[in-house]
Amino acid sequence: MNRIKSAFSDNKSPLLNVYFTAGYPNLNDTRTVLEALDQSGADLIEIGVPFSDPVADGPVIQASNDQALKNGMSMKVLFEQLEGMRETVKVPVILMGYINVVLQFGVEEFCKACQRVGVDGVIFPDLPLATFVEDYKATFDAYGVANIFLISPQTTEDRIRLIDEKSDAFIYMVSDAGTTGARKGISDAQLSYFERIQAMKLKNPRMIGFGISDADSFQTATNYAEGAIIGSAFVNAITAGKDDIPTAVASFVKAVKQ
Amino acid sequence: MEATFDVNDKGYYGKFGGAYIPEMLFPNVDELKQAYEGIMNDPEFKAEFNDLLKNYVGRPTPLYHAKRLSESVGAKVYLKREDLNHTGAHKVNNTIGQILLAQRLNKKKIIAETGAGQHGVATATVCALMGMECIVYMGEIDMERQKPNVERMRILGAEVRAAKSGSKTLKDATNEAMRHWIQHPTDTHYIIGSVVGPHPYPDMVAKFQSVISEEMKKQLLEQEGRENPDYVIACVGGGSNAAGAFYHYMDRPEVKLVATEAGGLGVDSGKTAATTAKGKEGVLHGSKTLLMQTEDGQVVEPYSISAGLDYPGIGPLHAHLFDSERAQFLSINDDEAMDAGIKLSKLEGIIPAVESSHALAALEKMTFNKEDIVVVNLSGRGDKDLATYIKYGKY
Repeated sequence: MNRIKSAFSDNKSPLLNVYFTAGYPNLNDTRTVLEALDQSGADLIEIGVPFSDPVADGPVIQASNDQALKNGMSMKVLFEQLEGMRETVKVPVILMGYINVVLQFGVEEFCKACQRVGVDGVIFPDLPLATFVEDYKATFDAYGVANIFLISPQTTEDRIRLIDEKSDAFIYMVSDAGTTGARKGISDAQLSYFERIQAMKLKNPRMIGFGISDADSFQTATNYAEGAIIGSAFVNAITAGKDDIPTAVASFVKAVKQ
Repeated sequence: MEATFDVNDKGYYGKFGGAYIPEMLFPNVDELKQAYEGIMNDPEFKAEFNDLLKNYVGRPTPLYHAKRLSESVGAKVYLKREDLNHTGAHKVNNTIGQILLAQRLNKKKIIAETGAGQHGVATATVCALMGMECIVYMGEIDMERQKPNVERMRILGAEVRAAKSGSKTLKDATNEAMRHWIQHPTDTHYIIGSVVGPHPYPDMVAKFQSVISEEMKKQLLEQEGRENPDYVIACVGGGSNAAGAFYHYMDRPEVKLVATEAGGLGVDSGKTAATTAKGKEGVLHGSKTLLMQTEDGQVVEPYSISAGLDYPGIGPLHAHLFDSERAQFLSINDDEAMDAGIKLSKLEGIIPAVESSHALAALEKMTFNKEDIVVVNLSGRGDKDLATYIKYGKY
């Protein structure tokens, strides 16, 4: 939690949050990718916990989820792999996944493990705000794990205010209706949505995700928010560069942040 | 027994249900949740729905006393003939309701998912009727094994899109339909075909299908002088025909409710879709329900000879009926279902859908008194399954 807050308060330049799938391309690549991202200048890192039915994700991330599951990734294995990560990884680490996997692991066990290995926050796209607040918030708070919520162009102003009130990390702005990796480039309609949210003066910082893939889209998006999130494009980059992951990661981050 | 089988205001049946949806769908699902009850209770809506059910679908469907089957079973067996509906199954009751609802919500486009194709055909049919654009997602494997229904949908003007991920069956078609909906949340209504998905879908679909038990009550009163049978038997994949057949009897504990699930090659064979036998509590496709999954929470690919029943979960209402022991759940294996379907064909001249054959097979597994009145919901006809029957042989 504090690491996420510090990341926003320490940095004056736009923040880059990079998503990758745990256990992809190979089961034991998780730490390699994680450490390479930390060393290459990613400001936040989002680790995807693979799920068999990731409905909010597009084909690239779904394929990486499928492969990771075939490789043997699970929540239990992931926490084993993340054990001791704070000896090397300095930036905030967020887990992104679907709620069923957490429910089967046990919500309290999950929060405890997050605290133990140093995970700062979580994103569950299929866990609605009301259910989180009523059923789980107390547990997440007790272990200092922040829950990050999404908003989309269709989210009403009242609901955005409510999400802002219940959040204490950042707001994940879905750039347009869509699943991850569905679009490239940023349209005028998206820009007016970004401006509208910017004008709301929310208490939490904002990160724009979905459709951000390169330096151009990153720079455009971050004119309207504190940072942006890249997922599918990065997964494609490590798929292509799987023989030398540290180099692939470094050149990707460098190319985006320029 | 407490009368608690209605959904509560948060969309739960007991501990099952809810609306586990990405934020991108929240406005759309919320709009539906706020509007559906009012619309469905509006006299004008009701009149239009009932008129179409009568004059377009062909309701009421008969409640047929199957004498030769009764003699063989040793009970008084009635068949609720949902197979005689236009398009050949109960599915059309719900799609008629939802297309009228979609119009009132000013939606312009319709998406749907389908397993055996019956829901896809019913959706394509009502879209043609109302002149609305229609895209149906169907697993690539299901498209192969249910070719006639794919072509029917295309003739009706729908676009059929193949779901190529996972097991390439109903679960994956549902994933693709949800993805499409996430990408087109404002102008598109998703006609979910079963009592699954986020609240209010399970409740809404059950209400549209409740015409089945409503008619059963009237017809039994006419034919037997009483509204309540001793047993109602229906098959469950997601569970919409069973929800409709059980609906007006759920709070009548004297009526025994029997749900049959697809046992596939056997509950312990690893090739099954018997959710209550193999599943545990989990979240998939928008609701908390019983779900076949690994210890790590990954959804297990289901299997059944029937493309309409190989879904890894059941609707939250059914999970609650199971959990509260209000309904008895039986697993019916592929061969038991096929034999029951062939038996009905020979005894009564009715070739049932393989889904419905799973309900009929319960008659062979249960013990009845001669005076018992048993209603089997014959959810659909077997035309689409001829290839499956031919392959099975043994007739």
